[in-house]
Amino acid sequence: MTRKTPHWRRLLGLHLPVLLIVLFALAPYIWMFISSITPEKDLYGEVFRYFPKNPSFENYPRIFQKIAFIRNLRDSLIVAAATMLVGLGISLTASYSFSRFRFRGRNYLMIQFLVINMFPIVLLLIPLFVIMRTLKLIDTYFALIIAYSTFTIPFSTWMMTSFFNAIPKELDQAALVDGCTRFSVMTRVIIPIAMPGIAATGIYIFITAWNEFLYAAILTGNKVLTIPVALQNLIGEYEIAWGLLTAGGVISVIPVIVLFFFIQKQLISGMTAGAVKT
Amino acid sequence: MKKRTDLFPYTLVTPALAVTILIIFFPIIQTATMSLFNYVIWKPKDNRFIGLGNYLQALQDEVFWISLRNTLIWIVGVVVLQLLLGFATALLLNRDFKWRGLARSLILIPWVTPSVITALMWRWMYDGNNGVINDLLVRIGFLKSYFPWLANSFTALPAIMIALMWQGFPFFAIMILAGLQAIPKSLYEAAEVDGATTWQKFTRITLPMLVPILFTSILLRVIWVANSMDVIYVMTGGGPGYATHTLPVYSFIRAYKALDFGYASTIAIFLTFLLIAIVAGYVIRVLRSQEAMR
Repeated sequence: MTRKTPHWRRLLGLHLPVLLIVLFALAPYIWMFISSITPEKDLYGEVFRYFPKNPSFENYPRIFQKIAFIRNLRDSLIVAAATMLVGLGISLTASYSFSRFRFRGRNYLMIQFLVINMFPIVLLLIPLFVIMRTLKLIDTYFALIIAYSTFTIPFSTWMMTSFFNAIPKELDQAALVDGCTRFSVMTRVIIPIAMPGIAATGIYIFITAWNEFLYAAILTGNKVLTIPVALQNLIGEYEIAWGLLTAGGVISVIPVIVLFFFIQKQLISGMTAGAVKT
Repeated sequence: MKKRTDLFPYTLVTPALAVTILIIFFPIIQTATMSLFNYVIWKPKDNRFIGLGNYLQALQDEVFWISLRNTLIWIVGVVVLQLLLGFATALLLNRDFKWRGLARSLILIPWVTPSVITALMWRWMYDGNNGVINDLLVRIGFLKSYFPWLANSFTALPAIMIALMWQGFPFFAIMILAGLQAIPKSLYEAAEVDGATTWQKFTRITLPMLVPILFTSILLRVIWVANSMDVIYVMTGGGPGYATHTLPVYSFIRAYKALDFGYASTIAIFLTFLLIAIVAGYVIRVLRSQEAMR
C-alpha cells in the first residue's frame, strides 16, 4: 500500500498547492502590514513598490492621536467581555439541560435555538433599533450587549450542548450516588469538567462581539464607538488615509488571532462534532 | 420513569428561552407589524397602517428586483467559490505532510477576520489608483492599465464575491476535512485491492461518504452568505449605482440612511421568505436524491 510517490510529484501535487492556498489566505494580511509601515507619500507614489524604501511605524502612534483609538479599544473590550459573560451565563444551564435530560419539547426547543440563528440580521436590526430608542438605550453598552445576545445565545447553547455530550453520563450517576444534589452535580462535577469547552465557546463569543459591525453601526456611534465602526468612519472620509487605516486594522486584529489560536482545537471539534454525526 | 413531570430540566432552560423570546421573537413580530405601516422615523405624523402597501410598492420597485437578482447571484456565486476552494484545501490537508498543522492554522485565519477588516484589506488591494492587484495584473500583462474594480458596475459584485470566498473557504475546508477523516481507511484499502483508480475512489467512496457533511455545511453557508452584507456595505456601500445592492444591503440602507423603517422591514421579510424557500427547496431536493441513491 505504501508505494512511495516520487519526490517531485509530492512537491508539485501537494506542497506547492498547499503553499499557494496558505499564501492566498495570508496575502491580504501581509499587504495590510506592509502598507501600514509605508510612509504616506510612498503609498500613493508614482513608482509602485512592494516594500517601502524607508519603512516606519509612525502610523501606529498616529492613529492613537488622530482618533480616540484607545477609547475605541476600551469600548470594544467592555462590550465583548460583557457579551461573553452574559451569553455564557444565560446559555450554560440550557445546554446542560439539553445534554443531560430527555424531556417533552426538548427536540422542539433545540431546533428552535438552531433556527433562530438563521434569521437575517436585518430582520432583528430594525426592531431592536426601535426598541432601544424607546428604552433610551441607544449609544450605550447595554444596547450592544443585548443585540449581540441575539446570536450568541443560540450559538453557545448548541456549542456547549455538544461539549457536555462528550462527558459520559455515568459521571452524573456516580456523583448522585455519592450524595450530590442534581444541582450540585451540574455545578460541582460536570461544569468543571466541561470548562475547556466552555472557555472556548466564551472566547469565540468574545471574538464575534469584537468583530461585529452592523449592530454597532446602527445602535451606537457617538458615546460608544467600537473599533469596527471607528475604522469604517475612517473609510467614510473623503480622502481615505490608508496608512492609518491599515495600522488600525493590524492592531485590532492581533487580539482576535491570538485568542483564536488558543481555542482552535476546541472550536473545531465542537463545530464539526454535530455535523459529522448527522 | 417518574409519573410526575420533572420540572428541573425546564427550569434550566428557562433563562435562555425567556431571553430569546424577549430579544428575538418579540422583535421579529414587530418587524412583521412595521412592514404593514408607513413608518418613517422622522415623519411620525405619517405613521399609519397601510396593509400590504409596502409589499405592493416593493413589487413595483426596480431597485428591489435588482437587489433580488444580485442576492441570488451572490448566494450561488459565493457558496460555489467557497465550496470549491474549501474542498480542494480539505483534500490537500487530508494528506500526510510535515507542516500540515501549521498550514491548517494559517488557512483558518481569514475565517476569524472581522468583516470590516476583510472589506478594508480587499478594498485597498482593489484600489483603482494604488491597488496591488492592479499592479500585479499589469505586470503579468493581463491588464494594459489600472482598472477600477469596485467602481465598475460589472466587476464590483464579482470582486466582492472573491473577498467573501477568501473569508469563508476555511469553514468548508474544516468541515470537509472532518468528514474526510471520518471515512474508514479500510474502504480505500478494499478498493485498492479491487484495482480502483484514484478517480474511482474519489467518486465512489469519498463523495458519497461526504454527502451528509456537504449537505449540512452548504445549508449553513447559504444562510450565512445570504445574510452577510457588512463586507459589501463597507466595500462599496451598495454601489456603483445599485450594482452591489443585495436584499439585506437594500434593507439596511433604507433603514439606516432613509430611516424608512416600514419599507426596510418589508424587504427584510421578503429576504426571510426567500431564505425559507431556498432552504426548504434544498432540503427536499437533497432528501429526494439521497433516497434515489439507496
